[in-house]
Amino acid sequence: MFRRLPDADLVAAATVSIVIDGRPFAARAGDTVAAALLAAGRATFRTTPLSGAPRGPYCLMGTCFDCLVTIDDAAGRQACLVAVAPGMRIDTRGGAR
Amino acid sequence: MTHTISYDVAIVGGGLVGAAIAFGMRSLGSRLVVLDEGDVAFRAARGNFGLIWVQGKGAGLPPYGAWTQRSAREWPRLADELRTGTGIDVALAQPGGIHVCLARDELDRRVASLAALFAQPGFDRYPVEVLDRAGIAARLPGVGADVVGGTWGALDGHCNPLKLLRALHAGVVRAGGAYRSDHAVDGIVPGAESFTLDTAGGRIVARRVVLAAGLGNARLAPMVGLDAPVRPNKGHVIALERVPPFLSLPVETIRQTDEGTVLVGDAQQDLGFDETPGLDVLAAMAARAVRVFPHLAGVRVTRTWAALRVICPDGFPVYEQSAAHPGAFVATCHSGVTLAAAHAYALAPAIASGTLPAAFNPFTAQRFDVSQAA
Repeated sequence: MFRRLPDADLVAAATVSIVIDGRPFAARAGDTVAAALLAAGRATFRTTPLSGAPRGPYCLMGTCFDCLVTIDDAAGRQACLVAVAPGMRIDTRGGAR
Repeated sequence: MTHTISYDVAIVGGGLVGAAIAFGMRSLGSRLVVLDEGDVAFRAARGNFGLIWVQGKGAGLPPYGAWTQRSAREWPRLADELRTGTGIDVALAQPGGIHVCLARDELDRRVASLAALFAQPGFDRYPVEVLDRAGIAARLPGVGADVVGGTWGALDGHCNPLKLLRALHAGVVRAGGAYRSDHAVDGIVPGAESFTLDTAGGRIVARRVVLAAGLGNARLAPMVGLDAPVRPNKGHVIALERVPPFLSLPVETIRQTDEGTVLVGDAQQDLGFDETPGLDVLAAMAARAVRVFPHLAGVRVTRTWAALRVICPDGFPVYEQSAAHPGAFVATCHSGVTLAAAHAYALAPAIASGTLPAAFNPFTAQRFDVSQAA
């Protein structure tokens, strides 16, 4: 669903090893967690605590609070505001906290 | 120069008070207009906490307790009519509400103040129970060790105040009433059989005028021979992220919405027309909320805001008909949510009838016309 812009592909970016839901993933250095998850093919980042409806990033600028994930065991982090870091563990399976 | 009378009733103010009165008068259809300001207005209706709250009300003015109680009892009808008429569910729940106390003396003072309230002559008592810690813990799972007890009011509850405002507006418009935004009223000129209102959106002529302009009432009321000595009173709200339902009752300063959001609302400050949230106030509110529910310490804050209550020197509403210009009325209070049903089903019909009944006499601003003792 999401692909990098052609221009972005021309830049040879360093990769950062992270873990998404227990599986290793090579993220692009400088990406946010939200960008890394989208690049990994994840559109659903969480489910809502009441109805269990799927949610993903909407605004990508820190306003909508729809991209909440668990990062290094801290629940409810805004994926669009955190940059990937080596060894970072990202979990989208927490669901309701 | 003569003006065509455009409306039977012009309501100045499209917040919760004006909108509830308009909803109660919606059978006027196209003969009703609501004049509202623009987005820059001080909008208590868009900053409030959403409680329908009875317990503790009426100290110093028993009719205010009765008025509040009446509104709470009529709220289910209002929510039903809004849902049926507009399709908007305002998320009303009245499971009772709890006031928690974090110290023995705090609870003692609470119990004493309620006892004094109920002991007033002619007080129409409403159901309130004192709860010890076990009683609180049974109703509020996860309550913190610092909570020593509290009081439970059977009529208390909450709703979604933004949906309430939207539903009231929708109900008025569906009935044919006119809603005019960007129509801040600059001046009102009483005439022989009508009022001419100069607004930012042009001139409006109406047979009757109802001032429900919140803080603006202080400026507008004297134009029609009335008095509304209202002042801004700043409150704060902290919105936390949505979490699975854990709180089935509103706890006066903490509630969980039907959508899972946890709100913390508190503080009363007389700081003039300043809506800037204060970090010190927010920190104190958050600290207290975490003492009530320790697990909230791990729940993230998504937004904070401050808004201005509209409050008279004695904290009670003003409802009054102008003696000099009997087609003019003023309505102002700081509990636009709680009193919405009373405004729609008692105040609006009274204004529509042309005369406020004697039952409203305790609420006139004449109570402030008392000479100071030397």
